[in-house]
Amino acid sequence: MVLVFSDNKNLSLELLNKGSELAKELGKNVTAVIVGKSDDALAKEYISHGADKVFIAETDIDSFKAEEYAGILEKVLKETGAEIVLVGSNKNGKDLASRLAGRLDAGCVIDCTNLYLKDKKLTVERVVYSGNAIAVEQFNSKPNIVTIPSKVFDPLAKDDKHTGDIVKKKFDVEKSASKVLKVQEMQTGDVNVEDAEIIVSCGRGFKSKDDIKLVSELAEVLKGKTVGCSRPIAADLKWLSEDHWIGLSGHKVKPKLYVAVGISGQIQHIAGMRDSSIIVAINKDPEALIFKSADYGIVGDLYEILPKLTNMVKEKMG
Amino acid sequence: MNIIVCAKQVVDVSEMKVDPNTKKPILQGVPQKISDIDKNAIEEAIKIKDKHGGKITVVTVGSSDAKEGIKELLAMGADEGVLISSPDKCDYRVVSSLLAEAIKKIGEYDIVLCGEASIDMFSGQVGPRLAGLLNMPQITYAQNVNAEKDKTVAVRNMGDKSVTTESSYPVLITVTKEINEPRLPSLMQILGAANKPINEWSADSLTKDLEPKVETLELKGIPMERKNIVYKDDVDDSVKKLVDSLAKEGVLR
Ligand SMILES: Cc1cc2nc3c(=O)[nH]c(=O)nc-3n(C[C@H](O)[C@H](O)[C@H](O)COP(=O)(O)OP(=O)(O)OC[C@H]3O[C@@H](n4cnc5c(N)ncnc54)[C@H](O)[C@@H]3O)c2cc1C
Ligand SMILES: Cc1cc2nc3c(=O)[nH]c(=O)nc-3n(C[C@H](O)[C@H](O)[C@H](O)COP(=O)(O)OP(=O)(O)OC[C@H]3O[C@@H](n4cnc5c(N)ncnc54)[C@H](O)[C@@H]3O)c2cc1C
Repeated sequence: MVLVFSDNKNLSLELLNKGSELAKELGKNVTAVIVGKSDDALAKEYISHGADKVFIAETDIDSFKAEEYAGILEKVLKETGAEIVLVGSNKNGKDLASRLAGRLDAGCVIDCTNLYLKDKKLTVERVVYSGNAIAVEQFNSKPNIVTIPSKVFDPLAKDDKHTGDIVKKKFDVEKSASKVLKVQEMQTGDVNVEDAEIIVSCGRGFKSKDDIKLVSELAEVLKGKTVGCSRPIAADLKWLSEDHWIGLSGHKVKPKLYVAVGISGQIQHIAGMRDSSIIVAINKDPEALIFKSADYGIVGDLYEILPKLTNMVKEKMG
Repeated sequence: MNIIVCAKQVVDVSEMKVDPNTKKPILQGVPQKISDIDKNAIEEAIKIKDKHGGKITVVTVGSSDAKEGIKELLAMGADEGVLISSPDKCDYRVVSSLLAEAIKKIGEYDIVLCGEASIDMFSGQVGPRLAGLLNMPQITYAQNVNAEKDKTVAVRNMGDKSVTTESSYPVLITVTKEINEPRLPSLMQILGAANKPINEWSADSLTKDLEPKVETLELKGIPMERKNIVYKDDVDDSVKKLVDSLAKEGVLR
């Protein structure tokens, strides 16, 4: 059996697609797991998107702790005899999957972007060396624990005729010695770089926070409206919120057009935008690495180039 | 306070070249270094030790040339190193089991520190996996740690949320790159580190069960073909050429 879990509904729906495909190939079922309060509406939604069964592990836990969720999933696994566990790869999911793997002494691969059976064994692919290669890894014993990032798979179309069972069970969990004191929403810029078709990004080449308006202006005329940035702009300088941050440890994007301004093109930045269709670079250093990853580039001072570029694009687009 | 820091020797991905024919990365001859975020872990350990006293032990599973990297961490302020020779066949499970056994052998610990992820494989599995193996609480993605006498309070960066978590000891903490600025050791410290012990333990002295659960079948290249057209003359001219090219590409609508 294939188990699917994420604390994010959309991610669960995406995993159910791949989960049911693998289950069919194995002649098994796919079960979605819900942890917490019983939620029949959600269970029915999972069923209409491919789940053959929904397992609701009822608990009174009020906040996510990987220690406790791993304890619950361990019990669900024993109960169901699942062989493959797909977990949504947000930070909670990675923590949970890794801990569960430790508890069960099981194989686990994080952030898989492809999954298939080869010689009847689950085989997965993940990006390694900061985007320089893909490792193909194969499990040689069960259970197999895998985490999958969002948007790797699409959800199955909703099918209200698809039927499935809903099983509810109460679990006592061993409480963790850790305690959540406070949860605070981070400040966001309300951007969604992952879905953007055109992104203009800024890096350390900008001298002050105010100057970022040069980037927004270009993004605006390009009708992309989406501003991205390198890590230092979000993490160190905090000129933009973290939802703008692109790269290995930020968001992975694949727009039609990606414009990198004042960004040197270190491999960790490239890891987040290498799937863009067209990459444009603006940098004053002719030797900057970013030009190696770009389709088009201009060598020069961004403060001179950006206003001119914005004007000319405006003219061209009428 | 006894602190164990797990530090990995990694290949320096920014120095990695791709074979133009096979498009695969060339693994031979790439310089190695201690994974960046593990230096943040050491720095945090030193800060905690400065406050409460105690001992910092660095544990690495790797090849014998990882000793140079460990020396650097001893120079920064760790007290002792442990180098476990990595077996030929290694996966996340084998590495985590060896670290767990080494930590049990060291015996006394209040805090185990890891990086949020290594910079070459970047899976972020080893920290929480280790916490599961040792059955201890885990605080991951810590961007701020305040270690008190009998408990620690940390702020975790979860992307869209920041979560403040408290735990008693022992606890496993994984840190982010933003938590601190790792110090550069002085010449005196580098010289002094030569006298600090690095114990070498063989893998099978720690456990006989070294069977990987996951096997790497293949490393595939990721070809990235780019046009690499760079305009570098007059700015007005360059801008015009760029806009014309973008229009031809059909992205200006
Ligand atoms: C584990 C790890 C994870 C990381 N994750 C990420 C990540 O997710 N995303 C990310 O972006 N980075 C990440 N990094 C950091 C990465 O290695 C680089 O340090 C970072 O991308 C550099 O940002 P930058 O290009 O903005 O700055 P810099 O490298 O400082 O580059 C600034 C560029 O601006 C140019 N410039 C300066 N003035 C001008 C001007 N007037 N006009 C035109 N050009 C100008 C300079 O020539 C230079 O090329 C990570 C690093 C590590 C170790
Ligand atoms: C293509 C490929 C090549 C590989 N090559 C090797 C190899 O040459 N040698 C080898 O031993 N294994 C190798 N491995 C196997 C091994 O699976 C991982 O490198 C290892 O399990 C750590 O995983 P990670 O790098 O994702 O660590 P993460 O889980 O991202 O690391 C998080 C933290 O755990 C700690 N940590 C992780 N690894 C170690 C370690 N070894 N020692 C001490 N602390 C650690 C650090 O604090 C680190 O910051 C390879 C795997 C692949 C896919």
